[in-house]
Amino acid sequence: MNIVVCVNHVPDTEAKIKVASDNLSIDKAGVNFMLSPYDEIAIEEGLRMREKFKGEVVAITLGSDAHKETLRKALAMGVDKAVLLKDDGLRDSFGVAFGLAEEIKQRNPDVVLFGRQSIDYDDAQVGTLVAEMLGLPSVAVVVKLELQDGKAVCEREIEGGHEVVATTLPAVFLAQKGLNEPRYPSLKGIMAAKSKPIEEKSAAQSELRVETVQMRKPPAKGAGKILGTDKSAVPELIRLLHEEAKVI
Amino acid sequence: MNILAFAEQRDNKFKKSSFETVKAARGIADQLGAECVALVIGSGVEGIAEILGGYGASRVVVVDDAKLAQHSNTAFAKVIAAVATKEGSQYVFLPASQMGKDLAPRVAVKLEAGLAADCVALKVEAGEIVATRPIYAGKALIDVRVKTASKVFTLRPNVFTAGAGQDGSAKVEKIGVVLDASDFGSTVKDVKVSAGRPDVTEADIIVSGGRGMKGPENFNLIESLADVLGAGVGASRAVVDAGWRPHDEQVGQTGKTVSPTMYVACGISGAVQHLAGMSSSKYIVAINKDKDAPIFQIADYGIVGDVFDVLPELTTQLKAALGK
Ligand SMILES: Cc1cc2nc3c(=O)[nH]c(=O)nc-3n(C[C@H](O)[C@H](O)[C@H](O)COP(=O)(O)OP(=O)(O)OC[C@H]3O[C@@H](n4cnc5c(N)ncnc54)[C@H](O)[C@@H]3O)c2cc1C
Ligand SMILES: Nc1ncnc2c1ncn2[C@@H]1O[C@H](COP(=O)(O)O)[C@@H](O)[C@H]1O
Repeated sequence: MNIVVCVNHVPDTEAKIKVASDNLSIDKAGVNFMLSPYDEIAIEEGLRMREKFKGEVVAITLGSDAHKETLRKALAMGVDKAVLLKDDGLRDSFGVAFGLAEEIKQRNPDVVLFGRQSIDYDDAQVGTLVAEMLGLPSVAVVVKLELQDGKAVCEREIEGGHEVVATTLPAVFLAQKGLNEPRYPSLKGIMAAKSKPIEEKSAAQSELRVETVQMRKPPAKGAGKILGTDKSAVPELIRLLHEEAKVI
Repeated sequence: MNILAFAEQRDNKFKKSSFETVKAARGIADQLGAECVALVIGSGVEGIAEILGGYGASRVVVVDDAKLAQHSNTAFAKVIAAVATKEGSQYVFLPASQMGKDLAPRVAVKLEAGLAADCVALKVEAGEIVATRPIYAGKALIDVRVKTASKVFTLRPNVFTAGAGQDGSAKVEKIGVVLDASDFGSTVKDVKVSAGRPDVTEADIIVSGGRGMKGPENFNLIESLADVLGAGVGASRAVVDAGWRPHDEQVGQTGKTVSPTMYVACGISGAVQHLAGMSSSKYIVAINKDKDAPIFQIADYGIVGDVFDVLPELTTQLKAALGK
């Protein structure tokens, strides 16, 4: 089975986000980056498919040289190959998807895995955009995935429940938390990843469709009132919820 | 010129986020001097279409087809793009619900449009829509402009207000879109509904529990309060990872982003990843025995106390106050 996993390199969830002086991007000074958490789940799913059906898992990322760190993590987890589609410029989701789709097209995969969303721009677009660009079916927010005889049956999260979705392969799947528990890279894996090659290519170009006018911090929410230290504060809380907040 | 607003329905009932989307589309359409046209897709849905007039649609296009009884992202996206093309819609609005998020990228590719996803505010500047969307789980905001001729927007649920529907009358037009088997790339075979409480992304009030609840058996305290308030139940990642609560209740940067009217955090410390998912709640109530817990930095009302002392009392008194 030929499996592609698309992975993104994003600021650590602990990172304090500061807007850079251009008011269009974040100040990267002092920010640690990591493999986007849902993409880790996508990699794990790809590895499990390979363990079951044989074949190969290729991790692809689009971005600057800094993204190599994320590819090393993917290699350490056990992917067979890593590809960097190099681009130092600003792209919107469409541009990222276009670059990825042009590369994936040439690889004729049976399965393409994405995270359900990157935790940087929180777009939740790229996987489904790529699917549409490639004319492939897709299932988003997947929490259960079973492959058999060129078909897939998935469960995906919707509001207040799950949808059971069937599709044929090749197909695109967007991994959600709960699909699996990603493995920790072994020491051996980490060492081996250091010497595995990373294939570098330049990313296919497309025009910007969505333009950032400005980036800014949300209005700060100040601390409110402390009403007490035990249940005797409950009547005052109920009064405030009713009279001040008017939520009950 | 018109805005096409996709109104999601399930089991012949519109989602609240559909009303929000239609209403927001109408507000923007008025500023652009455009018409607001709603679109309903499904099987046997013609009868429910008219009420969208009460939220501002001047016309409702209905694509009613037995083949569309269940969601299929490829087929629904084809229908939306076909209607947008036929109507000459410059703008397409969808709720950023799970269905809307599954459709919008496909619609955008078909219409050669840019997509601004999960918007929390829209305004018109110099005849163009400027959309605000949260990034880095709400740690920053960006204002964006879509540069293509057709433009697609998804609107975060629970942020735009729909209010109660007015008595608007909308003209309902049924149109057909030819669909064959190859349009159904994936098909929904079954929908498993989790019983009872509203999903955290749709709930008006959320009662959420963290590690301070000490064990899964104590979440009955959270559930009792949620039931009195008609609220959804949320959880921190710590308790989801411990297996005390299901994944779909996790609130935060790697869980769900929520914007309820009220969020009650019980025994949750308020780690940055948790705050990221809920800090846009309108009112935040925190119960935590540690006065230095970061949750108090964003809580409107806090009680520095033991959840096992405060929660049962709060539930009892609210029950009495609300006459339940
Ligand atoms: C990549 C990454 C992603 C993450 N994503 C998320 C996410 O999406 N959502 C999320 O929630 N977390 C997330 N986290 C985890 C986050 O960092 C915290 O570990 C987690 O939120 C802590 O959960 P908690 O508040 O329930 O537990 P704790 O931090 O252990 O806090 C428990 C709180 O309960 C209080 N308490 C204890 N006993 C009582 C009592 N009897 N009465 C009242 N209060 C009491 C304590 O004072 C304490 O403040 C993520 C972490 C990482 C690294
Ligand atoms: N720059 C990128 N390179 C490779 N894959 C990406 C990139 N950005 C996003 N993705 C993939 O697309 C998914 C959804 O991202 P997004 O639409 O940005 O939220 C991610 O979980 C990744 O799998």
